[in-house]
Amino acid sequence: MNPIAKAREAVTLTSSHAVPGRRGGGHDTAAGARSDPVVALRGTAVRVGGRTLWSGVDLRIGAGEFTAVLGPNGVGKSTMIKVLLGALPAAAGEVRVLGARPGQANDRIGYLPQRRSFDADLRIRGVDVVRMGLDGDRWGVPLPFPSARRRAARARVDEVIELVGASAYAHRPIGQCSGGEQQRLLIAQALVRRPELLLLDEPLDSLDLPNQSAVAALIGHICHHEGVSVVMVAHDVNPILHHLDRVVYLAEGGAAAGTPGEVITSETLTRLYGTPVEVLQTSDGRLVVVGQPEAPAVHTDRHETPGRGHDAR
Amino acid sequence: MMLAETGAPAWSWNLLTDFQDMWSYPFMVNAFRAGAVVAVVSAVVGWFVVLRRQTFAAHTVSAVAFPGAAGALLLGVSAVYGYFTLCVAAALVIAALRSGREHEESALTGTVQAFLLASGFLFTALYRGLLEGPQTILFGTFLGITSAQVTVLMVVGAVVLAVLALIGRPLLFASVDPQVAGGRGVPVRALSVVFLVLLGAATAEASQITGTLLVFALMVIPAATAQVLTARPALSLALAVLLAFAATWLGLTAAYYWPYPLGFFVTTIAFAGYLLALGRRSLREGLARIRAGATPVAKEVTA
Repeated sequence: MNPIAKAREAVTLTSSHAVPGRRGGGHDTAAGARSDPVVALRGTAVRVGGRTLWSGVDLRIGAGEFTAVLGPNGVGKSTMIKVLLGALPAAAGEVRVLGARPGQANDRIGYLPQRRSFDADLRIRGVDVVRMGLDGDRWGVPLPFPSARRRAARARVDEVIELVGASAYAHRPIGQCSGGEQQRLLIAQALVRRPELLLLDEPLDSLDLPNQSAVAALIGHICHHEGVSVVMVAHDVNPILHHLDRVVYLAEGGAAAGTPGEVITSETLTRLYGTPVEVLQTSDGRLVVVGQPEAPAVHTDRHETPGRGHDAR
Repeated sequence: MMLAETGAPAWSWNLLTDFQDMWSYPFMVNAFRAGAVVAVVSAVVGWFVVLRRQTFAAHTVSAVAFPGAAGALLLGVSAVYGYFTLCVAAALVIAALRSGREHEESALTGTVQAFLLASGFLFTALYRGLLEGPQTILFGTFLGITSAQVTVLMVVGAVVLAVLALIGRPLLFASVDPQVAGGRGVPVRALSVVFLVLLGAATAEASQITGTLLVFALMVIPAATAQVLTARPALSLALAVLLAFAATWLGLTAAYYWPYPLGFFVTTIAFAGYLLALGRRSLREGLARIRAGATPVAKEVTA
C-alpha cells in the first residue's frame, strides 16, 4: 500500500532553515521553531470512496510557517484541507489542528476553498463578501442604526481590505472584479476574523502570471508579518517558492515533508514515486520536475521575473 | 379582469377623491391591503430568489399553484388554501429531489409540472361555477378578496418575514458563498430547504394578486430591477420592496379605472421599471466610457 514510506523517513521534519535552491527570501526566520505545532499529523491515512488516497503521513507545522501541499492531480491535496477542517474524518492515525481535534477550532481558521470565480452579474460588493467572513454566520439581520459593534465591524473590514490592497475596488460588484482582485478580496474574507491558521486551496489557480506572483507575495507577507500560519494547496511550486518554509509532497499513497530544498530533489521524489524522477533548476531559480507519473504543471514561461514576488507589498 | 358592474368609474387626477372613490368599495380596500402584503413579502423573498438564481424553482412552484387553486375551488374551499397547500408541497418536493445534488432534477420536475397543470385544467372544467374559466387563476384578479383572505395573507406574510429576519444573514452568506459558509458552520442545506418553503408560501401569496402565470411580476422583476440599480444588499432589498409595492398599487388603481386585466398592469409597470433601470445603467456605463476615453482636458471639465 505504501511503497514509499521509506522516503518519508529520509526527510527530516524539523529544520526550516538554509534552503538550498531557494532564492532571495529572507523570510525563513525561526518563526517555525516555536513550541506547539499548528497542525500535527501522526500516521494519518485518508480514505475516500473505499480508496486510500494517502496513508502513514507524519507532519508538524509550526506557528507562523508557510507550508505548501504539493503533488500530482487526484492525489488528495484538497482532501488534506478537508481533513484539517474536520469535514472528512481521517481513516487512521491522529490529527491535531490548533491543539484540538479537526473541526473543533474552525473559528480560528480562515478557509479559502478552490473555486473558479463569482458570476459576472452577481450584484454583491466585495466589501459585503468580506463582511460575510466576519459575521455572515450569525443569525438575524444587522440592525440599521449605528452601534459600537457596527463601527468596529466596519473598521475591521476596512483594515483587512487595506491589508490585501483591495481598497480601490472593494466597493465594486465582486462579479466585475478581475480574478486577481476577487482572490485578494477572498483572502481578506478569510483573514477578517484574525485566524491563527489560513487554509488555502489552490488560490493561484486561474490567475495570470503577474497576479500569481503578486498574490503569492501577499500570502507570504500575511504569513511572515501578520504571524498567520498558512497551509496552501498548490499545483505549481514556483510562484510561491521564495516564500515557503515547508513543503508537503503527496504522491501515490505517501508523503514527504520538509523544507523545499529537502523535498523537491531528485533523490526524495525518486524514492517517493518509486520511479526515476529528476528535479532541474533553471538559471532563474525555477524548479522543473521531470519524469514523475503525472507532472504538476511546472510551466516553462520566461516572462515572470523571479524578483517580482518581493516588491508587491 | 373588468369591473363592469361599477359603471365605468372615471379617473379625475385628484388623487384624494380618486382614492376615496376606490376605497368606498370594501373589496377595493381588501385588494389594496392584500396587494400591500403580497408586494412586500414577494419582493423580499424574490430578492433572494434572484440572488440565488432560483427562478426556475419559483416558476415550477407557481405553475402548480394553478391546480392547487382549481382543486380547492372544486372542493368548495377558498383558493387561498389551495395555493398554499400545493405551493409549499411543491417546494418540499423540489427540496427533496435536489438534496445531494447541485441542480434540480429538471426533467422530472417538468414531467410532474405538466401533469399537474393538466389536472388543474380538468378541475376548472369540472367546476362550473367559475364564470371566467381558468383565466382569473392564471392571470389574477382583485375581485372577491375577502377580509378573511386578507387576514390569511397577513398572517402567512408575517411568518415568512419573521423567518427571513431570523435566517437573513446566514442565508445571504450561503447564497453568495456556499462553500465558505459551510466551512464556517452555516447549515447551507437546511437553509436551502427552509428557503424553498418560504418561496412556496410567497409564491402562493403572489398568485393571489397576479395569478399563477404572472408571479414573476412581483417575485423576480422588482428584485432584478433593484439589483441592477445598486449592489448594496440593504439598499437593493429596500428598493425591491418599494418597486413591488408601487407596481401593485399603481396596477390596482389602473385596473380599477381602465377595463383591462390587473395582471397586465402590474407586470407592465414592473417591466417598465426594469427597462428604465437597464437604460440608466447603460447610460452611466456609456458616460464612464466617454469620460475614460476623453482627453485629460476634457476629463477635468467633466470631473
